[in-house]
Amino acid sequence: MKIVTCIKRVPDTEARLKIAAGRDIDAAGLKFIISPYDEFAVEAALQLREAKGGGEVIVVSVGEAAAAEQLRAALALGADRAVLLEAPPTLDGLVTARALAAELKDANADLYLFGMKAADDDQQQVGPMVAELLGLPCVTVVAELELGDGKILCHREVEGGIEVVEAPLPAVVTITKGKYEPRYPSLKGIMAAKKKPLEEKEAAAGPSRVRLLDLSHPPERPPGKVVGQGADAVPELLRLLREEAKAL
Amino acid sequence: MTHATEEQQQVRELAREFAERELRPHVERWDREWALDASVLPALAELGFFGMLAPEEYGGMGFDLPTYVGALEELAWGEPTVALTLSIHSAFAVSLLLRHGSVEQQQRWLGPLARGEVLGCLALSEPGAGSDAAAVQTLARREGPGWVMSGTKKWVTNGRIAGLAVVLARTDEPPGSRGAKGIGAFLVPTESVGYDVGEREHTMGLRPAEVVTVQLRDVRLGPEALLGDASAGFVYAMQGLDVGRLGIAAQAVGIAQAALEHAVAYAGEREQFGQKLRTFEGMQFKLADMAARVDAARALVAWAAATPSTRASSAAKLFASETAMWVTTQAVQVFGGYGYMRDYPVEKLMRDAKATEIYEGTNEIQRVIIARELYRGA
Ligand SMILES: Cc1cc2nc3c(=O)[nH]c(=O)nc-3n(C[C@H](O)[C@H](O)[C@H](O)COP(=O)(O)OP(=O)(O)OC[C@H]3O[C@@H](n4cnc5c(N)ncnc54)[C@H](O)[C@@H]3O)c2cc1C
Repeated sequence: MKIVTCIKRVPDTEARLKIAAGRDIDAAGLKFIISPYDEFAVEAALQLREAKGGGEVIVVSVGEAAAAEQLRAALALGADRAVLLEAPPTLDGLVTARALAAELKDANADLYLFGMKAADDDQQQVGPMVAELLGLPCVTVVAELELGDGKILCHREVEGGIEVVEAPLPAVVTITKGKYEPRYPSLKGIMAAKKKPLEEKEAAAGPSRVRLLDLSHPPERPPGKVVGQGADAVPELLRLLREEAKAL
Repeated sequence: MTHATEEQQQVRELAREFAERELRPHVERWDREWALDASVLPALAELGFFGMLAPEEYGGMGFDLPTYVGALEELAWGEPTVALTLSIHSAFAVSLLLRHGSVEQQQRWLGPLARGEVLGCLALSEPGAGSDAAAVQTLARREGPGWVMSGTKKWVTNGRIAGLAVVLARTDEPPGSRGAKGIGAFLVPTESVGYDVGEREHTMGLRPAEVVTVQLRDVRLGPEALLGDASAGFVYAMQGLDVGRLGIAAQAVGIAQAALEHAVAYAGEREQFGQKLRTFEGMQFKLADMAARVDAARALVAWAAATPSTRASSAAKLFASETAMWVTTQAVQVFGGYGYMRDYPVEKLMRDAKATEIYEGTNEIQRVIIARELYRGA
């Protein structure tokens, strides 16, 4: 069983972001992490490998040289080897997807896992695009995986229920929060990660056709309003919810 | 020298993350219940923290001291008791076995210690032997090829849950005739017949730690229980303390850092006279002094770990523990009346900090040691 998991370096989701010169986030002093959905995907890959009693988990990232840090973190969690495809940051999901597909087309993996979206740009593009470029079936937003014989069963949490979808291997699956709560790296894992292979090379990335024009914080939220107290306030609350908030 | 390597950084981050997610949310309850949840030490064992100073061939991590103290500081930031337990285990069981254990002793104990299947504790202090540790009266009498041990050990942290106790006992005859040179260090399995755990102390702080009296009632031990030379136990204990004091110093820095963070957060929110506390210069100076002392203590501990010596360990323990006491006291002050109340986290840290000025040699004794080292060879 060979599983490729693609991960992205993103700012810590708990960090307070500052905007530098209206165009980009200010990276000074910022902590970076593996995008949380990608971390679920790494955990899924490790659990599948453990369930199989063997196999290889390869983590791949397209990004700047600093993304090696997140690949090492994935190696510390238990991935076997890592590939960094160096490229400048882009908002053009297809550029990232093409760089990955160029690397993965000869990978001969059974499964390609992605987070359902990156925690920074939120575009949900790269997984499905790689599937398209590799000509593989794609199941998105999957909470739990089960390996079958030459196929994968995907549990998807849909509105009001759970859908189980089957796809033949090899396949591309994007993972959401569900079964795969990430583990801690162990101290042994951290030590072992230093000795695991991490290949760094130029990404086959074309020019971006999507460009960031402006970045700003959302407007300050207006302060909450106390409508009244007790049962007497309910009619007014309903009126406001209907007419002002248009929530009803 | 004090610049952290990538590995040190990752180990620190793991310890901090564990502390934040698995320790911090529960400390208030553990303080009230006098116990950690049963899952905490096994979880730390699973991640490898019991083997930090054990070599890789025994399933340990083979960490250097700077990596080790970084991890202990972060765990202490979460719950100081956890750092205390790991420090005693690492300094007195793991590192003394590594240094003085025979191959057979190492093979028997180091694997289980490194994996956290066996917890190590230290039984040195006695009712009449505290600062004057060479005054121990517990006896180890030779009987055939082995030993029979009898006496009372006081304040053994983890004396009940540990599997292995490092016990200091007199081997000279007549007892006491050879002073500090008449003491041996023994590896005593706590399941031995006659190893009896007595009263638990009601401690001011560090309440999840179980500190007990241990009665040794004619405990029969084989020759394999003796560590190294039967007359060098006191020297070994001092060597263990050199490592132990680094751990206590790291624990103190973690406590101080936690108190500093609480104070900074509180002063940023609480308003009096229509202003946040942090806008008062009197408050800013206090917070700045707290931060500078924590930085200095951390740097001193890192230096002592990178260039270990008796003097460096004593200086780190002395300065870091006094920093912890001072910073936690200031933190209580920053919180005002709330700081004095159990509902807020800083009074607990103040109670925890006090112990770091006392155990593994009181700070008076650290000063005695540092002064003695200043005149060594003179
Ligand atoms: C929470 C806790 C956990 C502990 N855990 C352990 C453990 O796991 N194993 C273990 O063996 N012990 C343990 N101890 C014991 C600890 O190491 C001793 O309490 C410590 O060494 C001091 O000894 P003492 O309490 O007998 O004080 P004493 O030696 O009686 O000292 C009383 C006071 O006199 C001062 N003093 C003594 N001699 C001098 C001197 N020469 N010059 C100036 N001042 C001096 C001391 O500094 C102190 O202020 C623990 C203690 C505590 C509080």
